Amino acid sequence: MNDQVDHSRRRLLTAATVGTGAIGVAFAAVPFLTSWEPSARAKALGAPVDVDASKLEVGQVLKVVWRGQPVFIVRRAKSVLDQLGGHDALLADPQSADALQPDYIKGAARSVNPEYWVGLAVCTHLGCSPLGAFEPNNATQLAGTDLGQGWPGGFYCPCHGSKYDISGRVFKGMPAPKNLTVPSYTISADARISIGVDSAPKKV
Amino acid sequence: MAAAPDTGDPSKSRGLIGWIDQRFPLTQLWRSQVSEYYAPKNFNFWYYFGSLALFVLANQLVTGIFLTMHYKPSAVEAFSSIEYIMRDVDGGWLIRYLHSTGASAFFIVVYLHMFRALLYGSHRKPRELLWIFGCLIFLLLMAEAFMGYVLPWGNMSFWGAQVIVSLFGSLPVIGSGLVEWIRGDYVIADATLNRFFALHVAALPLALVFLVIAHLMALHEVGSNNPDGIDIKKHKDAKGHYLDGIPFHPYYTVKDLVGVAGFLLIFCGVIFFAPTFGGLFLEGPNFEPANPLQTPPHIAPVWYFTPFYAMLRAVPSFAGTQVWGVLVMGASIVVLFFVPWLDRSPVLSIRYRGPLYKIALGIFSVAFIILVVCGLKPPSGIYPQLAKICTALYFAFFLLMPWYTKIDSVKPVPERVTGHA
Repeated sequence: MNDQVDHSRRRLLTAATVGTGAIGVAFAAVPFLTSWEPSARAKALGAPVDVDASKLEVGQVLKVVWRGQPVFIVRRAKSVLDQLGGHDALLADPQSADALQPDYIKGAARSVNPEYWVGLAVCTHLGCSPLGAFEPNNATQLAGTDLGQGWPGGFYCPCHGSKYDISGRVFKGMPAPKNLTVPSYTISADARISIGVDSAPKKV
Repeated sequence: MAAAPDTGDPSKSRGLIGWIDQRFPLTQLWRSQVSEYYAPKNFNFWYYFGSLALFVLANQLVTGIFLTMHYKPSAVEAFSSIEYIMRDVDGGWLIRYLHSTGASAFFIVVYLHMFRALLYGSHRKPRELLWIFGCLIFLLLMAEAFMGYVLPWGNMSFWGAQVIVSLFGSLPVIGSGLVEWIRGDYVIADATLNRFFALHVAALPLALVFLVIAHLMALHEVGSNNPDGIDIKKHKDAKGHYLDGIPFHPYYTVKDLVGVAGFLLIFCGVIFFAPTFGGLFLEGPNFEPANPLQTPPHIAPVWYFTPFYAMLRAVPSFAGTQVWGVLVMGASIVVLFFVPWLDRSPVLSIRYRGPLYKIALGIFSVAFIILVVCGLKPPSGIYPQLAKICTALYFAFFLLMPWYTKIDSVKPVPERVTGHA
């Protein structure tokens, strides 16, 4: 027997053992990490939601729940739609270039059928739910805030004061970085809306 | 073998203790860590807060264990199980208020404990690692408090969780996937509550207790700092005991008991007469159940998070992302870890520092308190502007520290601790 210890051989074997063990631990960690992903049940509950919006009056808002998130459906008057392009200078992203929305949602109306606006009632700042403040110009008192004379009507987030117009486009200088998100949806001729189902791209 | 041979050595324990000592270093631990652990003899009022933090931790652990015996961690039952604890469980209201008030007390005590370190340079060499363990405890404590706040599943719990978890969503690329992974759903939901419960009652308390042990081991390795910021190990008597030190037991155990008594007087006063503390310790909107469709009109975290929340809000979004506010908030905690190296003063204690550090620490303290207030108020009026200024002052205190501590004048430091202890 040789009493000499082969240190380089011992180092190699130690490194190989530690390395193999570390790979094993990494693989064993995978099921624990994936257990935090939305479960099959949570995914199933994320199915589309159907809403009949035809009973909405003009100027009314309907809040429905899709994937547990509140979704606004607003029926807009013709006069409101005509003025949508009038305050582009006040908006951070009037063309919604940076907004989260399906590619068939375009322009100032940000909707498939301009009369009905569909968007997540989730502020893009930190996820609070904005309030509808559709009355233009008057000093609406919302959460103690005066929206001022120039207010074109839209949404106001009570958490940190972000303001959006009635197409969910954020105003300049607000804490919120983006326009309100528009989910994928389809709308039929009689205003039945399926949230979570993609519309075919609009022909231009 | 028979019992320990009687050598007549009085230091050798006999009887039951002797039996244990042969199998476990009980007497040795007691002596080295308590009865013969020498602490500086000039500890003042500020040195209460370490032992008080330990006391509040014990309170949180005991009351927390009893709360889990009645609490139900599910979105359907959580809110009503808290009502059940408050109304139907004998003594339940007291246990819950001890826990909820204890959370606020924990932060008061820890903030004062950290301030003490800034006063007397307790983070300086050789106590850098001790300070880092402390910062890690502070970080874990914030996570623990946040998750605990979600558990009652009131409306502020829900929306607070929504706001804080969304912070991770602002990180580029991984953000949205990460948020979904944390929530376990597309929104804050039952899955989120359930895992926060697991973290709040098992994972984080375990980690906290281990870190507190590491904090104490590091403290006992290097010895306590003191209000003069000098090394007490230089002067020993003939027996090798420190001339400026006294045994922790009985001297400081007795002193700390007085601190505990004083603390309990105030603590119990709050629990019995003002458990919500005017909406500061328990917020009004949290007395109604979580409602995913209705954000409370004004969202504010509990007071101990508001300085960091005010910094988050003070930073506007630009380049299409609000990640900057999140980064500033993160940096406000990370910068704490570097304080031992940012401070370049040749002396430790504020007693022997010049006017620059005194002014800086004063401005910092005022800015911190203003940030507490700003975070509680709605983001309108003078508060956003005030928060911006105080955020700048907060960071200036740390980032300019290498310069103003270096050029600051110092007074001569005494050899021995001063007498007015």
